[in-house]
Amino acid sequence: MKVVLEHLTKRFPNRNKKIHSEVTAVNDFTFEIPDGKLIGLLGPSGCGKSTTLNLISGLEKPTSGKIYFGEDDVTNMLPENRGIGLVFQNYALYPHLTVLENIMFPLENLRGDKKLTKQVMREMAYETAKLVQIEKYMDRKPSELSGGQQQRVAIARALVKRPSVLLLDEPLSNLDARLRLQTREEIRRIQRETGVTTVFVTHDQEEAMSISDMIVVMKDGIVQQIGKPQDVYDKPVNLFVAKFLGTPPINVFRGRFEGGKLFVGSECILAKEGEKDRPVTVGIRPEGFIPAEDGVFTCDLRSIEVMGRDRSVVASHSECTGAEIRAIVASDCDIPVHNGAVRFNLKSAKVYTFDELS
Amino acid sequence: MGRKSFKGWLYLLPAILFLAFFMVYPLIDVLIYSVEEGYNSASQSFFSYGTYNFSYVLHDPYFLQALKNTFILVIITVPLSTGTALLISLGLNSIKKLRELYQTVYFLPYVTNTLAVGLVFMILFKKTAYTDGLINLLIHTFGGESVDFIDGPYWAKMFVMCFYTIWIVLPFKILILTSALAGVNPDYYKAAQIDATPKWRTFTRITLPMISPMVFYLVVTGFIGAFKAYSDAVALFGTNLNAAGMNTIVGYVYDMLYGDSGGYPSYASAAALILFAIVLTITFINLSVSRKHVHY
Amino acid sequence: MADYAAIERKAHTLRVIGKTVTYILLTFWALMVLFPFYWMVLSSVKTYSSYNGEYIPSFFTLTPTFQNYIDAFTTVDLGKYFLNTLIFTLATTAIMLVVIILAAFAFARLDFPGRSAAFALFLSLMMIPNELVIITNFVTITNWGLRNTFTGLILPSVTSVFYIYLLKENFGQIPEELYKAAKVDGTGDMKYLLKVMVPICRPTIITVVILKVIECWNSYVWPRLITDNPAYYLVSNGIQEIRENGFGRENIPAMMAAVVVISVPLIILFLIFRKKIMEGVSRGGTKG
Repeated sequence: MKVVLEHLTKRFPNRNKKIHSEVTAVNDFTFEIPDGKLIGLLGPSGCGKSTTLNLISGLEKPTSGKIYFGEDDVTNMLPENRGIGLVFQNYALYPHLTVLENIMFPLENLRGDKKLTKQVMREMAYETAKLVQIEKYMDRKPSELSGGQQQRVAIARALVKRPSVLLLDEPLSNLDARLRLQTREEIRRIQRETGVTTVFVTHDQEEAMSISDMIVVMKDGIVQQIGKPQDVYDKPVNLFVAKFLGTPPINVFRGRFEGGKLFVGSECILAKEGEKDRPVTVGIRPEGFIPAEDGVFTCDLRSIEVMGRDRSVVASHSECTGAEIRAIVASDCDIPVHNGAVRFNLKSAKVYTFDELS
Repeated sequence: MGRKSFKGWLYLLPAILFLAFFMVYPLIDVLIYSVEEGYNSASQSFFSYGTYNFSYVLHDPYFLQALKNTFILVIITVPLSTGTALLISLGLNSIKKLRELYQTVYFLPYVTNTLAVGLVFMILFKKTAYTDGLINLLIHTFGGESVDFIDGPYWAKMFVMCFYTIWIVLPFKILILTSALAGVNPDYYKAAQIDATPKWRTFTRITLPMISPMVFYLVVTGFIGAFKAYSDAVALFGTNLNAAGMNTIVGYVYDMLYGDSGGYPSYASAAALILFAIVLTITFINLSVSRKHVHY
Repeated sequence: MADYAAIERKAHTLRVIGKTVTYILLTFWALMVLFPFYWMVLSSVKTYSSYNGEYIPSFFTLTPTFQNYIDAFTTVDLGKYFLNTLIFTLATTAIMLVVIILAAFAFARLDFPGRSAAFALFLSLMMIPNELVIITNFVTITNWGLRNTFTGLILPSVTSVFYIYLLKENFGQIPEELYKAAKVDGTGDMKYLLKVMVPICRPTIITVVILKVIECWNSYVWPRLITDNPAYYLVSNGIQEIRENGFGRENIPAMMAAVVVISVPLIILFLIFRKKIMEGVSRGGTKG
């Protein structure tokens, strides 16, 4: 089922009671989530991504705007009537119930003509458990499971009632690094197999990029950019998005356009026809640097870190706004150094300019 | 090493001395007292050892009355006070406005002198030559017959006793249950809501199991406390509880020990040991029941 | 679509009704709690004649009098009972603090042979109800000739295994490195205890003090056994004495004045230290 958000806005009263202003958690969010896709809501903490999720689930009411599931307006519908599945950051598994009882719990709530027999409930629970590969542990209590297994139970509990939309709140943040990689593939696989429209919230850009069909980058309640992960990475619309995506992060410099050329310091690093003369902020992705004897961009070398597959060149530049520059180069690539200076040519697709001045 | 070990015991010495004199020795002594037959506190002599003291106590109509009173009190007040406290705590937990005010008010009985406020209850319930007392007037307005709750029929006295006991023990239970309820992660309720769990089911399947350890703790301490009831009875009915027919087991112990009917430490010891045995048995039953029903 | 709006409206109505019922019930019980307090204050400011003249008691009085309070302090020795209770409470609490802090420190930090056995023994004493040992204590104190003395009143209640346990647990949470560091610096055990452990564990110590003060202020059984001379009565015994022989059985306004005077100190203490007291009680208190 597709989910449509229309001018969705949520304001909270200020926590400090003495100040009567309001905090805008989500501001005028419009987006159509296509049916059966996996969407990542991404942003730093406090950006409004969790509030957006709560609005979709119905746990919070929007101040203004509309939410549609398919063609139905669900804006004022109670969460229990929306037919959604929600996976909590801490899983919220009932500690006193077994895995089976936890998964069956939502089914037992069905009333009236939707009421199921115990047998059917068990079958559905086992079927879902198989999907998340947890069927071996049905009689255990959540405390007897590892973090990753608990996560699967939580997903099974959310999926068992065949929700029209699946919502995941920071699903991987409580797992260790190795499990995180494994579990995110798992989420991807389960989503593909069930075809359920899925929205998940994360502050980890790598996580969002790796499994989402589309990502939504948010900051201070305002949507910055929506698109396919690669598109957003390749064509960030503003400095914030550019800085937020990518590890190591993008390198940022003070620069200017002058006569159709882009300058950083005294060096012209790129020709850009038709640009008006003005100061700009220049962002260069770490993989956009090519070490070369006759490079156009000169930096002071600090160190070279060997990382196996590739090397990380750490340098500095007087116009750089950050503490250091990081360039990622292949390990077999020569890095010519003269008097402590290293020169680079730049891949033009990896160089962005922004009018905002940092 | 020698100096060091000496030091640890030195720090413990005051505690050991006090405990030895006023806890360990009395514990042994009470066992001895209870089997000394015909003990005379004036001459400090006795005839022989045996179980006569226990049999005397168990055949003493005053003790049987006290036993009956205590059991009725326990059976009525423990479930009722725990249930009421749970209800009030649930109410408190569901509101935001005025919550602190309510909590403060509910806690007041905890910090009041049981004897002192008991007097207030007495005058509220008592019938005198001058007035029927407020409660009786209230019963009148609703068309009932007035009863003397303090010097009247047994059930009326038992009612006041239970009511006052509940009034006294509720603050502690409300406090414990409110914090237990507040300790339940709100995500569980959100999860339940998303799954369209009916209110009642949320309560029985999620809330209650989550706070069951605390409920159980209250039931156990409630039983123990109610079995030791005494000063509430004194507050309402005066020191001569046997005459009022409202004595409790602990009251019986003290009456045997001291006052007009006192001077029989052997009988007192026997009664105290019987009480201890009852409390121990009930606690043991509680523990085994809880193992089945309390989670974690 | 209208269907959902209707469901939502119905749910909203149910919520409002639920809230209203909740507030009504909560207020009902709040009144049940407060009413006895109101009644005792009200009765205490009615004159003797007006109180006894009202067959149907009035819920307020237009002519409050303080005569009953004067009576409460002059006819019976309420001031003396008060002072006794204060001395008893302060002395018991102070001595107990010294005893339990030393014991808890020994269990938590000092290393000596037999420590764990001694601790297990201490813990098992927690099960012993007061009612069991009070019999012999009564005889002991009587034999020592300590009846009607403060010593006799105080002695049996200056140790509490439970508080030693509570404090020992808290002491145990302080990193042992601190103790080792202090040792390396040549700090003595006693100085370390007073300068480091006690300040760090102040919240627990305050909890213990609060609980003990409430317990002392309301204690009735032991003082009743051990004192029959009104010069050593505590407030609880005083109240009982007033009830049975004091102002003449029917002078209820004066009796209520005494009750107010006795109740007020703890209530004021409670209103000032509300948070601390409620926290303390929920951590380690039972009544009885």
